[in-house]
Amino acid sequence: MSGAQLCVLGVGAVGRSVVELADEYGHTVTAVADSSSSVVDPEGVDTEAVLQRKADEGVVGDDDPDDALGSPYDVLVEATPTTLGDAEPGFSHVKQGLQRDKHVVLANKGPVAERYGELRALEAESEGTIRFEATVGGAIPILSTIEDFGATHITAARGVLNGTANFILSRMAAEGLDYEHVLAEAQDLGVAEADPTFDVEGIDAALKFVILSNVLADGETEFTLEDAAVDGITDIPGTALELAAEDGRTIRLIGESTPEGVSVAPRLVPDDGPLSVTGTLNIVQLETTHAGRLNISGRGAGGPETATAVLSDVSRLVE
Amino acid sequence: MSETGGEVQTHTVRLELVDEPGELLRALEPISEAGGNLLSIYHERGNLTPRGHIPVEVDISCAPARFETIVEALRESGVNIIQAGSERYDEELVVILVGHLVDTDLSDTLRQIESCSDASLTDLSLSAPKGRDETSSARIRLKTRSGTNGNALSKLREIAADKELQVVEPLTEASQ
Repeated sequence: MSGAQLCVLGVGAVGRSVVELADEYGHTVTAVADSSSSVVDPEGVDTEAVLQRKADEGVVGDDDPDDALGSPYDVLVEATPTTLGDAEPGFSHVKQGLQRDKHVVLANKGPVAERYGELRALEAESEGTIRFEATVGGAIPILSTIEDFGATHITAARGVLNGTANFILSRMAAEGLDYEHVLAEAQDLGVAEADPTFDVEGIDAALKFVILSNVLADGETEFTLEDAAVDGITDIPGTALELAAEDGRTIRLIGESTPEGVSVAPRLVPDDGPLSVTGTLNIVQLETTHAGRLNISGRGAGGPETATAVLSDVSRLVE
Repeated sequence: MSETGGEVQTHTVRLELVDEPGELLRALEPISEAGGNLLSIYHERGNLTPRGHIPVEVDISCAPARFETIVEALRESGVNIIQAGSERYDEELVVILVGHLVDTDLSDTLRQIESCSDASLTDLSLSAPKGRDETSSARIRLKTRSGTNGNALSKLREIAADKELQVVEPLTEASQ
């Protein structure tokens, strides 16, 4: 089998791009659901019409959202918004898919960061497999690189996994502006959301590094957001970046992930080093046991970028 | 190595002392108590360390294992050691402190950092453009003894937490 039949849950930026791009990757979207409606067509839904209806009327079709979950498909794409704590409804969606022996690809960080052990236990009972490249670093192939090396051959991961915080810090440094000023600019540009809490308080980055730690621990320990030491960038004044710059350094929101723990905090890094990426770019450094340090950078967010990671996961599952 | 801790050698210790009566004697006591044989003392009066203290160079002959005991004893008695044997303050640690630095008594903060025997302050830059009521930043450069950056950082974290200051730590890539 090369082309898969996809059931896509969630029609935000990522879900929408998955629906748009699936055909290009040789897959067929047979069901789409948002929080209040769904559309199912075993022959493949009319993706343009569905997305147009979502834009015009706020719904994707006339059916109940549960109809999509119960429809025939090969791979479930979970792209509903990330929720913390019990990670619902995302977790239940994944559970239903696995209990039906289907593969599940997640773009939703919640279940993988907050209930990793339970997910892996459900997967062990299922014929289906879960993949979640899109949850860490958007288009950057971080998890598949770790998979290729083997989790036990990676001793640590660190880097910048939040484009919004990185944009704000690099603009503050370049323009000598204060946090509030640059945040407003980022919101105008659409780089920061109206409520930027998740990004600027380090929560989004922490979720990604929690997921990395879960993968690196390889089942020996389980981490959740509560286990992470998290500091955001809201208290960093422009003067701190100036003082750093005078010394050939800069400040970036850096996460660190080891099998022992997770931390996210503003850190001093060399101005010309690999971790001081600018704008919304992301970078991850992997420490390997036999191959030194690997730097992988690229676009860590955005609809089409993240959908690319989702569709690569789908292709890996069915080829 | 034999049971006595190896051959007797000459070791040099550089100390810094506050210019007060009795300080030199206080510093030498742990050496003789720990069984070191004092060869020479060079009290560099007129010369000041960056902190305004007087450097003292002491040559001791003893076995290497005993020398370690002496250095420990000196530290425990609160004597600040600049250099012991081949060991030097040769590592650098740069951090940025953010918060109400002026209102929380910056000089007291620095004194507390200095009192940590692992670190010595070499450079400070303060940026407080909005006056004492607003958040300000300070870049602090410390020299630390080899392999003690971690200790110095934990001490810094404690001091900062006490005064509700934020420490922007360097990313030490080898620390993991």
